[in-house]
Amino acid sequence: MTPNLVYIVLVGVLFAAGVVLLLERSLTRILIGVILLGHGANVLILGGGRAGGTPIVGTVPTEDMSDPLPQAMILTAIVITLAVTAFLLALAYRSRDISGHDEVQDDVEDRRIVVLAERDAMPLTDDQDQDAA
Amino acid sequence: MLVLLVIHAAVALIAPALVRAIGGRGLYLVALAPAGAAVWAAAHIGRTATETVEWIPQLGLSLAFRLDTLSWLLVLLVGGVGALVLAYCAHYVGDRGEQARHAGLLVAFAGTMLGLVLADDLLLLYVFWELTSVLSYLLIASDPGRRVARRAAMQALLVTTLGGLAMLVGIVMLGAGTGTHRWSELAQSPPAGTWGTVAVVLILAGALAKSAILPFGAWLPAAMAAPTPVSAYLHAAAMVKAGVFLVALLAPAFAGVLAWQLLTVGAGLATLIFAGLAALRQHDLKLLLAYGTVSQLGLLVAVLGAGTRAAALAGLTLVLAHALFKSALFLTVGAVDHATGTRDLRKLSGLGRRLPMLAVAATLAAASMAGAPPLLGFLGKEALFAAFATGEPADTAALIAMVLGATLTVGYSLRFLWGAFGTKPGVVPVEHPHAPGPGLLAAPVLLSAAGLAGGLAARPIESALEPYPLMLDGVGVHLALWHGLSLPLGLTVLALAGGYGVFRLTRDRVKSEKISAGAWVYEQALRGVDRLAVELTGATQRGSLPGYLGVILIVLVVIAGTVLAVGAPWPTEFRVWDTPLQAVAGVAIIAAAIGAVRAQRRLAAFVLAGAAGYAVSMLFILHGAPDLALTQALVETAGIVMAVLVLRRLPAKFSERPLRASRRWRIVLGVSVGLAAAGMAFVTSGGRTATPVSERFADLSVSYGGGSNIVNVILVDIRAWDTMGEISVLVVAATGVASLIFQRTSALRRRAETPAPKRALAAWTGKEDSVIMQVVTRLIFHTIVLFSIYLLLSGHNAPGGGFAGGLVAALALTVRYLAGGRRELNRAAPVDAGVVLGTGLLIAVGTGVGAMLLGGQVLQTAIVDIHVPLLGDLHVATSTIFDVGVYLIVVGLILDILRSLGAEPQPSVTEETSETQEQDREKVTA
Repeated sequence: MTPNLVYIVLVGVLFAAGVVLLLERSLTRILIGVILLGHGANVLILGGGRAGGTPIVGTVPTEDMSDPLPQAMILTAIVITLAVTAFLLALAYRSRDISGHDEVQDDVEDRRIVVLAERDAMPLTDDQDQDAA
Repeated sequence: MLVLLVIHAAVALIAPALVRAIGGRGLYLVALAPAGAAVWAAAHIGRTATETVEWIPQLGLSLAFRLDTLSWLLVLLVGGVGALVLAYCAHYVGDRGEQARHAGLLVAFAGTMLGLVLADDLLLLYVFWELTSVLSYLLIASDPGRRVARRAAMQALLVTTLGGLAMLVGIVMLGAGTGTHRWSELAQSPPAGTWGTVAVVLILAGALAKSAILPFGAWLPAAMAAPTPVSAYLHAAAMVKAGVFLVALLAPAFAGVLAWQLLTVGAGLATLIFAGLAALRQHDLKLLLAYGTVSQLGLLVAVLGAGTRAAALAGLTLVLAHALFKSALFLTVGAVDHATGTRDLRKLSGLGRRLPMLAVAATLAAASMAGAPPLLGFLGKEALFAAFATGEPADTAALIAMVLGATLTVGYSLRFLWGAFGTKPGVVPVEHPHAPGPGLLAAPVLLSAAGLAGGLAARPIESALEPYPLMLDGVGVHLALWHGLSLPLGLTVLALAGGYGVFRLTRDRVKSEKISAGAWVYEQALRGVDRLAVELTGATQRGSLPGYLGVILIVLVVIAGTVLAVGAPWPTEFRVWDTPLQAVAGVAIIAAAIGAVRAQRRLAAFVLAGAAGYAVSMLFILHGAPDLALTQALVETAGIVMAVLVLRRLPAKFSERPLRASRRWRIVLGVSVGLAAAGMAFVTSGGRTATPVSERFADLSVSYGGGSNIVNVILVDIRAWDTMGEISVLVVAATGVASLIFQRTSALRRRAETPAPKRALAAWTGKEDSVIMQVVTRLIFHTIVLFSIYLLLSGHNAPGGGFAGGLVAALALTVRYLAGGRRELNRAAPVDAGVVLGTGLLIAVGTGVGAMLLGGQVLQTAIVDIHVPLLGDLHVATSTIFDVGVYLIVVGLILDILRSLGAEPQPSVTEETSETQEQDREKVTA
């Protein structure tokens, strides 16, 4: 099969745009990044199958039909993206509710360990003397 | 043999309850289990036996047991000493709860030890091996309130498990090298060469760690934090013997390996000397015995590791002798502690006169330890000296070390007796000891007496132990109290005399409080691991989501980029487009995507992302995929509505991020990922040469699936499991959304009634709700729903299906909601979203299970022709029912989202009252 150049360019642009947004801090932008990445992935799968007539038996000869298998996969992916969108929106909503904005904060536990590492300190464990740590 | 283990397991389970119910006497009953094992062993003297039960045949694992001389000896010791220790426990201090705990754990331990020594399959042996480590951990930490006990337990567990892991690798290597894990087969043809050497060294690491040989010696003295009966059993008679047992088991096969000799004989003798010296500095009687144990274990490993016939007999005799005298001495310390409340030899004086019975028993045991005639220890020592008095340089060097070790042993044996029972000038004698009853005296007296009886029964012992030495080469020796005036006798006399001198010289020395080298190393290693973990975690887990994503994406770019640049088969031909219209759609997508990245307003960004989606659906049409186009367009519409519901709560603009450097970095990474993805798309679509599997789908979908829309048949039949997974994800996502918004379950149940903010559209536009809009939406609502049902039912043969139909119905509901708010939504769909979701999932699963119950495969389609009067013949495929489930789940998802995201933020508890009132006011009678 020969690659379709339009699809190739689209995959590149959608992935690039998606990643730029994905690396943002605002949950809304991250969500849009996920949506664009989803489009990019769908086009990538679409390009893996032949284009052609509607894959409904009886409308066009079988050999002229577009490849139905990637289409079924993309259909699943589209609906899952909808579910992910809904979930991330709810997260942004809740985040606004709790902290007043939708920025993704650094993980508190992780930062605590980073601080320990910078101080060259030890985690306080059950078996150590209090003064040893 | 399996029966013995099962009995122990059962007794271990009921023992705690039994002891709690009837008190300390219950321990006598519990002791019957290990006593039974000892009796069983006594009945099997001189016999061998095997027993195999398949366990996991696919992995070659079986419950294979075999009894030979070596395991027979250890069963006798584990059972006999175990029974005596349990009986002793009945009279030892401790409340009923503690006794109950000990009873269960000690019996479980006895059973595990039996399994360990009887196992023929090395992997099975390993399982028991680690179980003893775990049980020892639990027994050492008998008093978890004490930090010392917790640390000691953890140290013992870490050291022995570390060795155990090395051992597991060694066992796996042995199995991989020979194709069997059964020792009885392995011993016939042990793997030679480097492979075998590495394997056996790894196994030895486990054995040496378990038996506290240098450099692993530090954990055993620390483990003396355990109650004394536990120490007597685990750390004198049983668990620490596991390493010795393993050395003895492997010696016939591996004694010829140089590394083996260095590790067993070398490390063993070094341990003998160093731990012997350490014992002479202790003032805690129990620690003195602990170091003595480490020293003796070193000797046993050295002797049995040497692997000659004479050494083997001496070694086994010493194993027997050591178990008897060392547990007797530990139990003596327990009785002394019980009587006086101290184990410090600097505070004890004149106890020998007060407790003569105990003193006599202890003297017999200590004499056996010192190797004095006519005790069992003497028989072993004599045979030992004889075994190494060959004149070979290596043997002579070992002999010198052993005589030195024996001298030290005599020294600390005397120190023990003097310390516990002697009368010391300047120390107030113990006047009124709390005299131990017969229960506490019985066990040490019996064990000491056994040591004396053994010394007088040289011939029977030799004949019982003989089969093991006969497996080895070399000249044999005989056990006897009188060999004539020979070199061994001279060495014994030398050791006894020298030992007395050592005792006199070191009598008043006490240990400096300095921490021992082994403990220091352990401490430092532990700290080092903790520090490393902190540094490593701190360096890799910075806590920043963009950071983590960045790492993942960089890996993607590097790996995919390298493969693309180096080895990918780049296609030589390509086409620009199938139709120029694709380029038009493409330009629209690119413009929308770049716009979405650059947008400063949230709504604008969402609208642009939606525009990209609509353009993608146009691309789908051009490709020949109307189902995709329909679904994509519907999803975009639903997505915009959801976004609007949430965005009204967020600031209109994104907050500015001032860091230009990070922005540039993100763009560089994004472009790199884009290039890598485009490259992959180019290579993979060009690389497709095989005939697509979907070529056959056209026929299959008509004949088996009963539909002509191939995509739909794939979804509901050919790949129905995918769809099943997908709708489950939808249900989970809907649940997640609802739980994020409604934090309390009670609120979740009320979600159908939760007040919406005035009217949704009105809230957004800031105007009062439009009556015209409401009227129009009510007029078209039923038409849209009808259309959605048409899409659902016709989807099998024409574009449509459950997803598209469900989305259309959901959009009808959305329109009602936008026009008239929650009230209109409740009027249109007076059901809880959870019920719709659940019904949908039930229908989908039910279709699958139904097909199975009717004798087909799960989710198999049946085609039914029904004749309906007036309408004619109806051609129905059962997969349509599955699609109904999908339809309902999509409707439920959107309904759930509208009610969740459309609700006011969950009020805090203080606002609950006013909230409820408001709710009452708005109560809808739908």
